[in-house]
Parts: sequence; C-alpha cells; structure tokens
Amino acid sequence: MSAAGALYNQVGVLARRSMLKTLRQPFQLFPIVFFPLILLAVNASGLKAATRLPGFPTHSYVSFAIAVAFIQGGMFSLINTGTNLAEDIESGFFNRLALTPLHRVSLISGLLVGVAALGVLQSAVYILMSIVAGAHLQAGAGGVGVILALGALTAVGFGALGCAAALQTGSGEAVQGLFPLFFVFIFLSSSNLPRNLLKTGWFHTVATWNPISYLIEGFRSLYIYGWDGTALWRGFAVGVGLTAISLLACAGALRGRLQRT
Amino acid sequence: MSAGQNGIEVEGLVKNFKGGVRAVDGIDLTVAPGEIYGFLGPNGAGKSTTVLVLTTLLPPTAGSARVAGLDVMHEGPAVRRAIGASLQESALDPFLTGREHMRLQSALHGLGREERDRRGAELLERVGLTDAADRKVGGYSGGMKRRLDLGLALVHRPRLLFLDEPTTGLDPQSRAALWDEVRRLAGDGVTVFLTTQYLEEADVLADRVGIIDRGRIVAEGTPAELKASIGRPSVEAIPADPADRERLAGVLARFGEEAAASPNGVAARLPEGVGDLAEIVRALDAEGLRIADLRLHAPTLDDVFLEKTGRSLEGAGEEPAGEPAEEEAATA
Repeated sequence: MSAAGALYNQVGVLARRSMLKTLRQPFQLFPIVFFPLILLAVNASGLKAATRLPGFPTHSYVSFAIAVAFIQGGMFSLINTGTNLAEDIESGFFNRLALTPLHRVSLISGLLVGVAALGVLQSAVYILMSIVAGAHLQAGAGGVGVILALGALTAVGFGALGCAAALQTGSGEAVQGLFPLFFVFIFLSSSNLPRNLLKTGWFHTVATWNPISYLIEGFRSLYIYGWDGTALWRGFAVGVGLTAISLLACAGALRGRLQRT
Repeated sequence: MSAGQNGIEVEGLVKNFKGGVRAVDGIDLTVAPGEIYGFLGPNGAGKSTTVLVLTTLLPPTAGSARVAGLDVMHEGPAVRRAIGASLQESALDPFLTGREHMRLQSALHGLGREERDRRGAELLERVGLTDAADRKVGGYSGGMKRRLDLGLALVHRPRLLFLDEPTTGLDPQSRAALWDEVRRLAGDGVTVFLTTQYLEEADVLADRVGIIDRGRIVAEGTPAELKASIGRPSVEAIPADPADRERLAGVLARFGEEAAASPNGVAARLPEGVGDLAEIVRALDAEGLRIADLRLHAPTLDDVFLEKTGRSLEGAGEEPAGEPAEEEAATA
C-alpha cells in the first residue's frame, strides 16, 4: 500500500471509530444535538419582543437566534472530542494506537473527520428544526450547503481545541472545565442582539472584538439576508482561523504526548 | 547469550522523569529468541517504564536497547512492526465490539480488507472469543478483555511480544488460560517479555527471571538458579504451648542459624538440606516438646527478593512518602 493509501486508510478507520463511539453513547449525543435547540427555544420565547426594536433585522427571533445553536453545537464538539480523546489516553487506548504504524497526522485527522461528519449531522438537525419552528432560510437550498460547510468547519475548529486540551492534560475533567470559558465568549458576542443595537459601550466593543460574533453573523446572514458576502467571508475567516490555531495547538500538544521514537 | 533477530539486548538503560525521578537506573539484560523472560518486581519498581522504552513509546534518557535486532532509539517504526504489546491496562474501547477492535487494529497495521476479517476471526477463535465477538467490549469480563488484548497484540504476527502484567486482577482460571496461551506462543517461536508482580507467575512461566527493584536489576537467572543461589531450605515449628517457644528455639539452633518465621513460630535454615528433618523431629520428641505445626520451606523467589533487597516482595511496592510510583512518573 502506498504512503498516501495508508494515510487515507488510517484516517478512514479512525473517523469511523470516532463516529461509532459518539453515536453509541446516547447520553453524549443528546446534549450535542438537542441542548442548543432547548436553549434556542428558551431564548426565542423570552426575547421575542426584541424583534420589535427599531433596527432589528427580522421579525422572526428564531431566524435570528438559530445561528447561536451552530456555535453551541461546535462547543459541545469540543467537550465531546476532548473527553473521548482524554479517555483514550487514560485507558491506554492511545498507547495501543501509538504502537501501530499509525502516522501522527492520521491520529488527529481521523478524529476530526469524525467530528466534521458529526458537525454536518448537527447542522442538518438545526436547519430542519429551525424551519419547523418557523424560521425562513433566505439563502435557499444553496444556503443549506453553506451552513453545513460552516457547521462542519466550526465543529472541527472547536473539536481540535478539545483534542489539544486532552493531549495537553490527559484529563477529561480538565477538558470539561473549558466549557464555561467558551460559553462566556458566546454571551459576550452578538448572540442575543445585533451589534448595532448593543448600546452599552463596553459590551459593543467586546462583541466587536469577539471573533465569535463574526462566526454567528456568518450563519445568521444566510437566514436573514440571503447572500451577504462580507458576513460570509468574515464567518469563514474566523472558522478557518480557529481551526488553524486549534490544529497548531493540537500539533504542539501531540508532540509532548506522543514521545515514541 | 546472543539476542539475535528476535531477542532483546539492553545496556545501561536509564529513564529519568521530571522532578529528578529515576524510574530505570542503568539496567542491563539480554533475552534470547523464543525465550519467556519474566520481569519481576513490586509496583513502582520500573517494570512498566522499561516496557514503554523497549516498545518505543518513551525515549530512554541514557543507555541503549535493541529489540528484534533494531535500535529502539533510531529505528522506532521498524521496532513497532516487529513487536506486539499488551500494556498494563486492557486498553480497549468499551463501545466497540471485539470484532471491530480486530478490524481497527488490522487496518492500522495495513492488512487488506479480506485478510482483516480472516485474521480477526482466526485470533478471536484462538483467544476463545468467537461467541462474544459481536458484543461490545464494555460487557466483557476482565479475563475476556485480557484475552482480546492479547489477540490484538498478535494481529500482525509479531516476532516478539511484550506483556505488561497480563494477569493482574484475573481469577485463577483466566490466569491459567492466559499462561497456556503464552506458552503456546513461545512454542511457536515468539519471544515473550513478561512483567509481573506475581512470584508464582514468574516461577512457573518464565524460562529466565530478572528481578527489578527501584529501577535496578538485583538478580537474574532461571527460577531454579535464583532459588538455588540463596541456598538452603528452612524448617519452621510452632509450639503447642507458647511458653515452650524459647526451648524450641534452643533445639532448632542445633540444626542451623535462625531464619525468618511467623509470629508464633521459630525457624532455622538447614545447612544440610531436608536430610536433617528426621533428626529435628527426633530431637523435639526427646525434649518432650509438643508441636502444633511443623513446616519445611523450600526457597521461593520471594526469598530471593528478600535476600537481595532486605524486603519481602509482598508489600514492597508501597513506596515511602514523597517517592512517586512508576505510573505517576510515566505520565509526568
């Protein structure tokens, strides 16, 4: 088998294992897929009145707020992926993999391909549920594809960060400890109101500097405006940037963890 | 002794961890092809760290090691292709089935699709897990997990097998089954490096034993050689009346120097071997001593450990405060 063939094979079997592991744990799958929707339902019923504010971009709060579910889904990917990898380290399964001719690139890629597939699944559920709840996807069928791609990218970006944390600490508890930190990033963004309506000066500044705002606005633009090039390139730029930084962190942590000769 | 293509040669191996912990302190050892080498020592002695270095998972701090004729420091990938390993934990995914584990392991070793299924079925049969092959591993017993772990280590037909405490926590039946499988592998020409904290395991299974304590090999040889090296058996008697203990000690002192005994007993090492036993019984009778129990102790590997380290292997793993155990060190 050629080197490329071996790499492809390794990534494939590890991605399959990553997906099977998640899909066979309903208690892990439920929060990843449904918890963001529950939060959306709570927010949409409590903050519906915000749509009457002058300058609010839509009459449907679900269309506005559904974008946050994609980000929360990504953050659950961080916890899920990081915890699974930390369990592998704690149980010795990581050493089992390290004892095979597995390339170090395959080890992380396999996990992240599984995360991307799960990200697509999550995003598809969110799109479906948002439409059932009355949201209108302005960008149409083409927008579905873009949301799935951005959803997968977001899941991979956060998932890789979870991998980095797991490789660095080797502890599932430490990975779970990251969750509140990232939730703060969501609250300090344009998750609940558009930035032009954030009247508190410091909050507006923080939300403007917070990259999560642009990720949210990328998803949101497809629901509310259709094809907004600026919002989309900013959203994808944040997704790519997050993924790149996470992968760098992952590679560094992997070097420390995998000391095999 | 030459280690050749299927053996192990280690010289001056050292492994230090952060904080100045020296887990392996300059060990030398040679394992011949086809041999079962028992690496015996208490928890925290350096057994698992040695295995991690020899299986290329940890780089050594100093010294050299050749496994299957390959340098572990510079030929890691080739070493990994030549060896199989079942490390200390049963490192399995509880959400995958036994068959899925086999497929995953085979695929990572580059076996083709058809061969994966064939080899997986063959190994599941060999370790007696055919009936449980499609059950999730989370529902397996400890013995089943260990057997699957062993089967997985054999997927790529290794020439050399590392088994790190393979029977820890197993019931006697599962332990005996695993011993049989290890013997069968050695019979097929596979070299086996086996770490254990069980004296009996090293005694009955290993062709040669290395005893490690605090990172150093303190004794090495066949079990018979090691036991013979500390010499003679001892006899221990427990008086029916505890008040007779002093008189009993006086009688036994005629036959040999005092040896370690249970709290109520008195023991003497027999310079002339078991031939003295009849004389001892006659002497005790002549003194009118009533004896509750009389035992002859042949030397064990624990006696060897006691002789070499001044401590018994049982409980020797309880490290003094402040000295990290090996597992902590390995993840430092």
